[in-house]
Formats: sequence, C-alpha cells, structure tokens
Amino acid sequence: MIGEELVQLLTPEGERVSHPEYESSLTNDQIVSYYRDMVIVRRICTESTSLQRQGQLALWAPIQGQEAAQIGAGRALEPMDFTFPTYREHGIAWCRGVPPEDMLRLFRATSNGGWDPQKYRHSVPTVVLGNQALHAVGYAMGVQRDGAEEAVMAFFGDGASSQGDVLESFVWASSYNAPIVLFCQNNQWGISTPMSIQSKIPLYHRAHGFGFPGVRVDGNDLLAVYEVSKRALDNAREGGGPTMIEAYTYRLGAHTTSDDPTRYRIDAEVEVWRHRDPIERVKALLVREGTVRASYFDEVAEEAEGIALKLREDVLAMGKPDPLTIFDNVYADVHPLIEEGRREMVELGVAGGGH
Amino acid sequence: MATTTMTMARALNEGLRRAMEENKKVLIMGEDVGKLGGVFRITDGLQKDFGEDRVIDSPLAESAIVGTAVGLAIRGYRPVCEIQFDGFVYPAFDQIVSQVAKLHKRSDGVYTMSLVIRLPFQGGIGAIEHHSESPEAYFAHTAGLRVVSCATPEDAYWMIQQSIHHDDPIIFCEPKCRYWEKGEVDTERPPRGLFDAVVRRPGRDVTVVGYGASVRTMLRAAEAAESEGLSLEVIDARSIAPLDLDTMAASLERTGRLVVVHEAPHTASIGSEIVSSLTERCFYSLRAPGLQVSGYHTPYPPSRLEEEYRPSVDRILDAVDRVMEFES
Repeated sequence: MIGEELVQLLTPEGERVSHPEYESSLTNDQIVSYYRDMVIVRRICTESTSLQRQGQLALWAPIQGQEAAQIGAGRALEPMDFTFPTYREHGIAWCRGVPPEDMLRLFRATSNGGWDPQKYRHSVPTVVLGNQALHAVGYAMGVQRDGAEEAVMAFFGDGASSQGDVLESFVWASSYNAPIVLFCQNNQWGISTPMSIQSKIPLYHRAHGFGFPGVRVDGNDLLAVYEVSKRALDNAREGGGPTMIEAYTYRLGAHTTSDDPTRYRIDAEVEVWRHRDPIERVKALLVREGTVRASYFDEVAEEAEGIALKLREDVLAMGKPDPLTIFDNVYADVHPLIEEGRREMVELGVAGGGH
Repeated sequence: MATTTMTMARALNEGLRRAMEENKKVLIMGEDVGKLGGVFRITDGLQKDFGEDRVIDSPLAESAIVGTAVGLAIRGYRPVCEIQFDGFVYPAFDQIVSQVAKLHKRSDGVYTMSLVIRLPFQGGIGAIEHHSESPEAYFAHTAGLRVVSCATPEDAYWMIQQSIHHDDPIIFCEPKCRYWEKGEVDTERPPRGLFDAVVRRPGRDVTVVGYGASVRTMLRAAEAAESEGLSLEVIDARSIAPLDLDTMAASLERTGRLVVVHEAPHTASIGSEIVSSLTERCFYSLRAPGLQVSGYHTPYPPSRLEEEYRPSVDRILDAVDRVMEFES
C-alpha cells in the first residue's frame, strides 16, 4: 500500500523519515500533547462502545485506527476555521473543544445534533453521506465573499467519495477556487464495500481531474497528517484554493456497533493494520527520543480513564428530553401546525420531563 | 400610492433587485442566472448591477446549488437559488429535505436556513417533458419548509421580498405560464402577509380555492358561472404550506360547498390536504363533499395534450355543478 506517493514522516516503528516536500514542524511539546489527544479519543471511543453494548446508546461509530488522521487534521486547524463532519469525527470534535458528552447526544438519541456549531466552529453531524461537503464549499464561498482569512475543512470517507454531492463539491470548490480542504479518510471499507469497488484509481488522483491538487498521506502518521493538513489549510487561507487530502488509514473496529466486520473481511488484514497503529507509533517515537518520562504514558492513560468515567456518568444522567421539545426550532418563526401539535400534546398531558 | 403596471417576470426582477439593494447578504445563484438573466429572464440585468459575487452563475448540478446555498446560509448569507424548471428540482431533493428543512432543528436553532428556492412550476407553456410539473406537495409534506406561490405581479413583487427576509427556508413556486401577464403593482407597501390567503372574488354559492396559475382559471370560471346564475367565491391560497385555513374556512362556513383547483395529481396533494382540513373544521356547514379539480394520476402529458390535463374552466364548472347537485 505504501507507494512513493504516500506522504509519511513517521514509520510504523516510530522512526522519523524524510520526505522531499514535507518536514515535521511539530515541537516535542506538541507531539506529547497530540499523543494525549489520541489516547483520550480512543478511550472515549471504547467507553462509548461499552455504553452501546450495555444498551445506553442507540448506536456508536468507532474511530479506532483513525486517531492520527483526525488529531493530525484537527490540530492543524486554526480557531477561526470551520469544519463540516460526518458522524465519525469524534477526534475532530475533540480538537474543536466539543465536550465528549455533547458528542454522544446523537448516539444517546436525545438530540439530532448535540453541540452549538457556531461556538465550536464545528458543524453538526451529517448522517446522509456526503451532504456536508457541499455545505462546506458553500461556507467557504461565504468566507471568500467576506474577504476573511479562514479555511474550511470538509470531512468524508471512502464510501461517501462515490456520492454525487462529494463530487459536485469538487466541481464547485474548483470553479470558485474556494478556500477549502476536502479531507477524505480512506479507511478502506464502506461498511462491507471495499475500496476496490469504490474506485479503480487512488482517491487522491480524482482531485487532479477536477483541477486542484490531491495528496495521499499516511493517515496513521500523526506528523505527516499534521503537515499535509497545515499546508493545505494555509494555502486555502492565502487564496490558493482547494486541496483534497486522502488520509490512507484503516477502520480497526466495526463501521458502527450494528456492524459485524467478520462477515466481510479477514483477520489477517486487520492484523496487518494493527501493526500500523497510529497511537503506538507516536509512543514508540516518544520512547525512542526520550521525550517524556517513563510515567507519562500511565499518567495519560489514567487521565483518559477519568474522562471516560465522567463521560459515562454524564451519559447515564442524560434522560429523556421533555416531549414538548419535539416542537422547538422546527421553524424560526411561528407556524400553525407547530402550535397545533404542541397544544395537542399539552392537552393529552404527556408534556413534562422525565425518564 | 406608487402603482406601476408590469408583468410577473418584471415584478420578480424588481423584487429581487430591491431585496439585493436593501441587504448585501442577499445572493442569487443558479444555472444561467447571470449573463443570460435566467432562461425566463427573471434575473435579467442583476449580475451587471450587483456583480458576479452576488449573482452567481453556477455549474449545472441542482444538488450543489442548494447544498452550497446551505453553507452560505450558515455563513450568514441569504441565498436565492433558482432551479430552472420544476422537473429539475429532484436532484436537489435530498439537500432540501435532509438538510435545508432540518438544520435549524438539528443545530438547536443556531443555524438559520434563510434561503429561498425559486421554482418555476405548473404547465401551460407548451414545453417538453420535465418542464411543467407541480411538485409542491413533496415540499409541503416536509416539516421545516414553507411553500408559497404567487398568482399576480403584485404578489410576485412582494412575496419574493418577504420570502427573502423570512428566516425559514421557502420554496417559492412561480406559475411560469403567468410570467408575461401584466398587473398593477403597488411598490410602496405589501398588501398582505406572506402566509395569508386572499379572496380574489367574493361569492355566495361555492368556495373555489387554488393557487398559482389556477387562480386566473378559477376567476374565468367564476365569470362563466355568473352567467348561469351561480356565484363563486375565489380564494388564492398563496401560501401552500402552511395553509391559511382560517380564510378558507370563513368562506366555506358561508357557502357550504368547496372545490379545490391545482395541477398536480390529486392523490396526497395540496388539494387533498385542503379538503381534509376544511372538512374537519367546517363539517356541520358542509352541504356537499369537497371536490378536487386537478391533474390526472399520470405523468404530465406531452404538452400538445396539456390543456386536457390541466384544470380548465369547463372542468371547474363541472365540479361546481357536482357540488351544487347535493341537496342540503
């Protein structure tokens, strides 16, 4: 899989490697801090999977294996940039400051969103594959019209890369030279659909056909994802137009908690990718270079444990919302059918909170 | 009173121009809307006056026209999307139903989906397939959307501006066969609210409700009925979703007889909705079941046959006769 076109700055063994076009600019402090991010989001993810198995979440979409892709991109963003996620961007949400319990409101089925998208500059989850890519390009066209130095990042996966909306977003991004980074996490599987069915060419090659650069980066390499994302974002802010990034990675877990990947892929493949674990390779680097004291890894694991425990408590405390909230924010202005529905519910006496 | 005579096409153009002058966040986007001024010339001259950044000639993909408008609305703009013809709106259906309609709710009210989707609809211009459809019920069915239709130049002038100023997403249905018909437009103040139905012609015997191109046909039917001694009250619904049922019910309480006119097939249509809602409200005043005069349950026909398909004066009068036959 690792062709010469794949940008890699850190090998699976945790050794730094050079690349003709990219060089790691991360300080040791940053690497240490982003290692912590990855450990925490993985722990959030395992806790959420447990919560789902215990019947406390309707669903969960795990990100194990994709932590470097998300933390690398998420940490390359500036505060004023704006991001448009799918339902699997927990690492990006973490980087944008979305509280973990807010990430789970969708999956706890108490909300169809979960956080204030303007506050975190991270849009609400999009479940219909690919719709958000067009929103991101439109938003970027707004940035352009405002003359603002901001970039926009759209997230989607290899599965959504076949959607018309994603390909139309490429056309629009190109036609208007929009300040956008189209960030594709190619985790090799669209539920059971392998890459070989989604595309006969590497996904990043598609960008060239639309008239802007595409870069394939080792999506399990924090250092490389960060640099490739940062350059693309800087370029967008400076008026250089769109870039597509294909973060070549792997979904170690299931598509969602409703999925059973043993039905369509072999263990040997998963094993190969386990050896490319994005967190282990940063850990190996930190050990190799003696960047942190030996106890650091345990401290981070302990901190992650605490975050997971608090998340569990917060989720369990999330009760059934007041039924009358069904009628909130359907319209911005008064609407007779909303008034009618609300009145009917009140008269039936089902209103009020409770579990 | 500053009253001017103009066509509906001109009124829409003037309304758009005024909205753009009043608010820099108003944008127009769509296929051929700039240099060409739209295939119906509704946006004629606007790109010249407001620039390419505000009147955006787009590539040819309806989902992207609406999808990027969503992003612009999130950014605080008020985009007006033109879908060239009714039958071409379906590629954008996913964006309209899954995103435009639901993002205000999904974001707990943080996002304002202040966008207008202009849709030249209904038939009557002798076009080829996909250029004469009435898809309004699909959108009326979706919570989060509002659907309106203008029937006169004055309404066109004001309703387009009211829609642009409104914070909810609005599907703006324009009866394309009336684009070239002239009418008086008072450009000083809007005659009524965006969601209010209006009695276009008072009458005693039968309440006839419709919208868009059907309004003119209903008025002609009312004239013809008068010569037969029947008095029709003609109501222009104007707002398709939500419906102004109060205005319609007030009329039906007096007449006791209802005919609804529209060009879509009648199953699960706006006509069905009006008949059902008014039956519920006015049951004890009804002297006959409410009837629909609509398109047939077929694809819109080749346009050499469209006058047999669309509600005509004769078909409306036939329905009027049928509701009059019921004894009270």
